[in-house]
Amino acid sequence: MLEIKGLHADVDGTEILKGIDLSIGEGEVHAIMGPNGSGKSTLSYVLSGRDGYNVTAGSITYRGRDLSELNTEERAAEGIFLGFQYPVELPGVSSTTFLKTALNAVRRHRGEEELDAVQFMKRLRVHTKALNISDDMLRRGVNVGFSGGEKKRNEILQMALLEPYFAVLDETDSGLDIDALKVVAEGVNALRGPKRSMLVITHYQRLLDYIVPDYVHVLAHGRIARSGGKELALELEEKGYGEFVAGTEAA
Amino acid sequence: MSYTSETAEQVSSIAGDKYKYGFVTDIETEMAPKGLNEDIVRFISAKKNEPEWMLQWRLRAYERWLGMDEPVWAKVDYPEIDFQDAYYYSAPKSMEDGPQSLDEVDPELLRTYEKLGIPLHEQAMLAGVAVDAVFDSVSVATTFRKELAKAGVIFCPISEAVQEHPELVQKYMGSVVPYSDNYYATLNSAVFTDGSFVYIPKGVRCPMELSTYFRINQANTGQFERTLIIADEGSYVSYLEGCTAPQRDEHQLHAAVVELVLMDDAEIKYSTVQNWYPGDENGKGGIYNFVTKRAACRGRNSKVSWTQVETGSAVTWKYPSCILQGDNSVGEFYSVAITNNLQQADTGTKMIHIGENTSSTIIAKGISAGRSQSTYRGLVRMQPGAKGGRNYTQCDSLLIGDKCGAHTVPYIENRNRTAQIEHEATTAKISEDQLFYCRQRGLSDEEALSMIVNGFCKQVLQELPMEFAVEAQKLVGISLEGSVG
Ligand SMILES: Nc1ncnc2c1ncn2[C@@H]1O[C@H](COP(=O)(O)OP(=O)(O)OP(=O)(O)O)[C@@H](O)[C@H]1O
Ligand SMILES: [Mg+2]
Repeated sequence: MLEIKGLHADVDGTEILKGIDLSIGEGEVHAIMGPNGSGKSTLSYVLSGRDGYNVTAGSITYRGRDLSELNTEERAAEGIFLGFQYPVELPGVSSTTFLKTALNAVRRHRGEEELDAVQFMKRLRVHTKALNISDDMLRRGVNVGFSGGEKKRNEILQMALLEPYFAVLDETDSGLDIDALKVVAEGVNALRGPKRSMLVITHYQRLLDYIVPDYVHVLAHGRIARSGGKELALELEEKGYGEFVAGTEAA
Repeated sequence: MSYTSETAEQVSSIAGDKYKYGFVTDIETEMAPKGLNEDIVRFISAKKNEPEWMLQWRLRAYERWLGMDEPVWAKVDYPEIDFQDAYYYSAPKSMEDGPQSLDEVDPELLRTYEKLGIPLHEQAMLAGVAVDAVFDSVSVATTFRKELAKAGVIFCPISEAVQEHPELVQKYMGSVVPYSDNYYATLNSAVFTDGSFVYIPKGVRCPMELSTYFRINQANTGQFERTLIIADEGSYVSYLEGCTAPQRDEHQLHAAVVELVLMDDAEIKYSTVQNWYPGDENGKGGIYNFVTKRAACRGRNSKVSWTQVETGSAVTWKYPSCILQGDNSVGEFYSVAITNNLQQADTGTKMIHIGENTSSTIIAKGISAGRSQSTYRGLVRMQPGAKGGRNYTQCDSLLIGDKCGAHTVPYIENRNRTAQIEHEATTAKISEDQLFYCRQRGLSDEEALSMIVNGFCKQVLQELPMEFAVEAQKLVGISLEGSVG
């Protein structure tokens, strides 16, 4: 699904990612943990092709294609989804309009027929029900006045609608109360499947009780400092990142 | 950053470069000699076969205009206009004898309006919208007149109203915007050529939207139209106005006057989508749009609502205003002004509160891109008698790129202790975060931008009647907003 090799990337001239190797197979869920400022969100932006995030060395191959050939919206249409750590507000743009426009843009790209209002609403209803998203939220501007938890649920709603092949969820669990966490995790688990892979960024092993990962990686100083199975998360919870933040250049 | 220049490019393609109304209609025309003098005023009056009182009114205006100076207080900058270097009357030749029905209208003219998306022949007419089409100096067709007449509504070219309803015209023309009002309004009073006239009788809710479509075709021709709408007691009308012009290298002057009169309990909703040719990316060509629009809420509980979407013109100078004289009368002003390239817009409103418990709302959205300048200029005045008067003003500016400017110039005069005035203003830059968020969901740059800008304008666009909203949304560069949910 995704093959990252020797990836270096800088932001505004500062190198943030300093040689990342990561391979994510079809249907796998990988978790990335790591101290603040270690480059987790940066990695998600690089994967999404955000302007200003420049790959200086290495490569990213996604479903057999070199990602550098694709711009942000092409990557999105090809099935890369980013659940934002800080979802952005779009005042005056109703969520319904936004979601329909996005879904139809992606469908157009995939050569599928666009959905009309009725077909779209039908589909939307299924997901809003499951994620406990009110009509009032859909009518309001995208993320405008949403609570932290509502914003995160809205990200999962978008993921569910857009049906990506590869989803990066950047701290989707932060700011969620325990009930919302379960709802979000259920939403994510419902999307797990043999053809879909995920990269879940989190600070808390708690999330991984609900979304059980196949692999856990620690990102520190722009590199994968350690990888392991789901028990690594438990160990980190216990010991913290001490051994990684010390600044020792792990091989 | 790269996104800003890219963004600016997209906006230019939305707001300016692809001006699709820039074609010229090749049609035989009759024109007055070039220049402006008393004889031209007489020529126009004679062409319209006007009664003596109308001619005298024009001549008084012309006399007055000679002694006036062009206003310079607006934040717009343009070379001096040579008023002798323009034509003040241009009419399609085929209109000479006046067509009796649409069948007699030059097919070339009908095709022009069709290209503009305004079909005038009966089969293809917009459902529920009566249209008056003004081509250069004359009205070429007014549709649905019979249906309107049944309801007692008068909707006709103003030149015809002068002939057919002189008592109404004499009573109300100039009663809201006197011929001596300001430089451009005075010029208009001397040389106005056509426009629309509307009278809604007592207690009548106009059965359909009324619409006037203005088109400047001839080169070097000024357009000076005049619109007069009278809403009698308890009546209601929604009126739409659209404007386009061919793409030409020289500037053209458009100086219109609109007067609205409202009696007790009357309501007028006046909507404009102004898309005059804005000039090219170097500021070559484009319309100078100097317009005086004013509503007099004379009756108690009367209500007037101005909604405007201004995307065109090289220079815009326009302040649709409300004189809230009747107790409890209400004035509203909803505006979107988009400027790009070298366009300049100085626009806003005046709310003059005279009666008790009068209230007004101002929502102004300015979007500036390229090297354009956009100014909101608004006056809110509470007269001593405006007991319990209320105003709420909200001005939001959105900047795209870093070479454009947005300015807010509020004038607030409160002479009544019980009156309340609230003013809020914001300025924002279009954010890269927002664009990235949209693009990550699969929207192209262009779709993302149009969605964000459209969201920014929503409060205003939702005030437009359905028939116009679509056109306006496209103009703003929108794709789907409002079509679901
Ligand atoms: N535009 C920028 N210019 C320079 N440095 C930047 C820029 N953007 C981010 N950084 C830096 O890059 C580093 C990595 O940031 P990033 O947001 O990827 O961290 P993170 O691992 O997601 O942290 P957190 O757990 O707090 O979300 C930080 O030190 C940050 O200050
Ligand atoms: Mg982060």
